[in-house]
Amino acid sequence: MKIPVTITVNGKKHETEVEPRTLLVHFLRENLAMTGTHVGCDTSSCGACTVLLDGKALKSCTMLAIQADGREVTTIEGMAQDDKLHPIQQGFHEKHGLQCGFCTPGMVMTAADLLANNPKPSETEIRHALEGNFCRCTGYHNIVESIQHAAHAMNG
Amino acid sequence: MTFIGKSVKRVEDKRFLTGKGRYTDDIKLPGMTHAVIIRSPHAHARILNVNTSKAEALPGVVKIFTGKDVAELNGVPCGWQVDFKNGDTMKEPPHKLMVADKTRHVGDAVAMIIAETYAIAKDAADMVVVDYDEMKAAINMREAIKPGAPLVHDDVPNNICFDWELGSDKAEVDAAMAASHHVTTLEFINQRVIPNAIEPRSAIGHYDTANDRYTLYTSSQNPHLIRLLLCAFVLGLPEHRVRVVSPDVGGGFGSKIFHYTEEALVVWASNQIKRPIKWTAERRESFMTDAHGRDHVTKAEMGFDADGKMTALRVKTLANMGAYLSTFAPCVPTWLHGTLLQGLYTTPKVHVDVTAVFTHTTAVDAYRGAGRPEATYLLERLIDTAALEMKMDPAELRYKNFIPAFDGVKQEGYTTQVALQYDSGNYEPVLKRALEMVGYADFRKEQEQARKDGRLLGIGFSTYVEACGIAPSAVVGALGARAGLFESAHVRVQPTGKVSVYTGAHSHGQGHETTFAQIVADKFGIPLEDVILEHGDSDSVAFGMGTYGSRSLAVGGSAIVKSIEKVIEKGTKIAAHLLEAAETDIEFAEGKWTVKGSDKSVGFGDVSLTAYVPHNYPEGLEPGLDFSSFYDPANFTYPFGAHIAVVEIDKETGKVDLKRFVAVDDVGNVINPMIVDGQIHGGVAQGIGQALFEGAIYDEDGQLVNGTYMDYTMPRADDLPMFEVDRTVTPCPHNPLGVKGAGEAGCIGSTPAVANAVMDALSPYGIFDLEMPLTPERVWTAMQNSDAVV
Repeated sequence: MKIPVTITVNGKKHETEVEPRTLLVHFLRENLAMTGTHVGCDTSSCGACTVLLDGKALKSCTMLAIQADGREVTTIEGMAQDDKLHPIQQGFHEKHGLQCGFCTPGMVMTAADLLANNPKPSETEIRHALEGNFCRCTGYHNIVESIQHAAHAMNG
Repeated sequence: MTFIGKSVKRVEDKRFLTGKGRYTDDIKLPGMTHAVIIRSPHAHARILNVNTSKAEALPGVVKIFTGKDVAELNGVPCGWQVDFKNGDTMKEPPHKLMVADKTRHVGDAVAMIIAETYAIAKDAADMVVVDYDEMKAAINMREAIKPGAPLVHDDVPNNICFDWELGSDKAEVDAAMAASHHVTTLEFINQRVIPNAIEPRSAIGHYDTANDRYTLYTSSQNPHLIRLLLCAFVLGLPEHRVRVVSPDVGGGFGSKIFHYTEEALVVWASNQIKRPIKWTAERRESFMTDAHGRDHVTKAEMGFDADGKMTALRVKTLANMGAYLSTFAPCVPTWLHGTLLQGLYTTPKVHVDVTAVFTHTTAVDAYRGAGRPEATYLLERLIDTAALEMKMDPAELRYKNFIPAFDGVKQEGYTTQVALQYDSGNYEPVLKRALEMVGYADFRKEQEQARKDGRLLGIGFSTYVEACGIAPSAVVGALGARAGLFESAHVRVQPTGKVSVYTGAHSHGQGHETTFAQIVADKFGIPLEDVILEHGDSDSVAFGMGTYGSRSLAVGGSAIVKSIEKVIEKGTKIAAHLLEAAETDIEFAEGKWTVKGSDKSVGFGDVSLTAYVPHNYPEGLEPGLDFSSFYDPANFTYPFGAHIAVVEIDKETGKVDLKRFVAVDDVGNVINPMIVDGQIHGGVAQGIGQALFEGAIYDEDGQLVNGTYMDYTMPRADDLPMFEVDRTVTPCPHNPLGVKGAGEAGCIGSTPAVANAVMDALSPYGIFDLEMPLTPERVWTAMQNSDAVV
């Protein structure tokens, strides 16, 4: 049995049918072949699958695709505009906030939610916001600096 | 144009930042099927029956294989042989691709479902019924070696894989220990930790019937070695018809070095069903099947004379191998641990005794640092404990025992009691710098005041030396390695002067595409964007030994330098011809060949074009500008450093707050300081993880109790401080770049520094030794059990 859904991803409307058990992350990766959103665990602990749902950070493995019916999803593929990196992406580049890159999409999307609600976060606020995202490479130091860099670029 | 030594921003970043990285699980081949592996829920059980009939009937199921189907195939081999003290070969039981008779750890593979979709494969897996006859398991090493303990392998008596010793004459060590003024003794567990790269392992096997070729995509740190093992040992495939690709890999930390059974399974099975097969681990499978790290039970004793000079070190360790021998498992507690027990100290007598033990647990192998963190933890915990016992300053105690500076050029390398010759070292400055950064003199006053105020403040030290740049092939061959450990590089100058570089090293976060390009651009005097690095594909890169043991730059980078030199040498011949001068009168600098003492020159691009359009060309010289090289290092490299942790413990909860972490490391010359700092940060975080948070917990039945991210505690962003890092530079004297390696240093130095800081904070309670991880519960309980009034 498949169920019709309409999900807007990075501004593009997708009218399609999905199996009811399809997770949003699998919908993005398998149905839409948008593999920038990653799966790092099976307990909603790692945050590698974080996307924005109607502007709010969400672990896309915690939600069924059918629950996203009629809603707007932003993924890492939707962050850069016309080949120009989003200031958050630029911040990660400037401050070496990524190594293997696997957690990076989730980190960038989480940072996008943070900076939308708190344009000038303190180090403590940044670390608190990143609690749901594992990085095993960087020790978080440069991720914190990357987000600080982005906050400065976006808000002066 | 100089790039070496500059913090050039990474050229690989853009694809990762825009969601265009390409990891194995992102790959979709036409006609691809999906595999799910059924794993044993029991650590030790006889398999009575596997009933797949219902699952096979499910629409969409393509094929089901069980242990019986692969019983005739070889298992995955071990790549390192260590012999018993009596000369007997280590016990090396087979590690089959799936088991047919008996399971030996929770997670052992019993059957593989292949289906049209992942969801169908999961559904089918639920329909397979396996009858097990559960047996008692050997989990705890100390129990496993006792007579009558359950056996992991029927032909391995007492579960002992091998015993091994190294160092000074044992009787002399015993005598020196007995004559010591003071002996500090610690008995501890260096707990099992789980590497947990955030990308779960993944493998795609593809047999191409039309061309009789196999392709394996795998999340591996060393694709060429996987190909070699797969072809020569497991499946007996013709190597020239097998391509192994490791595309972008989401972290490794050692756990993706090894040849895993799933890699061979998907390749073999894809030929059986004539379709591509993808398998990707669920996180719970990663916990059960990725090789784990550490897991030593150790007794260590260090003797001192009345002045605090070390007199002897005696170490006895049980090292857990798990249920099967993983690729490099036997060398980790021996040649990567025993050999580092001299540390950076002049201890005249050192002896180490290691017994490797099979248990009904997941295999243990190299994890970031691999043996060296265990050696460093042991030494550095002994020293800080001795300082407390002898009422000496831990920094002073180290200064007193450091090996004096040697550069490996004017002064010879330092020969240890445990089989190594350190290349170069200058140990006092790293500790001095770290003490300055932390403000040690003021700290002790602050600590005194804090204690008066009822606060538990502590400082902990760690100074380390490690062996990297793995490794001189003949040396490791003599020590039991079944592979060479050189590296290859191919530098192809294109007709337009653009340069493609092919390396056998594999980048999975280390930034090789930037660092290696910096070297090439610098040496050729060309723009950075004129260089591209290729890696990870056995079809494009001739050969390679992969990335681990902090070897990529020291060994792989050196191979690139050799090819660069060949290009410049041939370019000089071409330039001399074009400039009508003698070769000896030509010099190459900043991208052009110049006749010495003149303004006559020819550029890199012109020489490149001439090499491929050889109309006006030296007689007898081959066209082209394209060289490969193999580099086999003369020695290991020996980075060193000093780490200091400052902690405060909450008296009410036992929670350790890591307030500061200072790391001063000497990794030799540095090509890209930004990337090196990043490597240090990441290593430090993992080392702190072991000290404070992480540890695999098995119950007595062999269940991994904390086998999910909800239960296994890894450091999160709000657990860690900003790191304060600096470095000194003592070049490696034996490789052309003078580099030593930076990937593991952070993880080696940090763990004992944090543990020592916690013990320092707890010293008013008379608590000198607690097991890691130093969780609030463990620290709180120790404080409650102390009689001291604090």
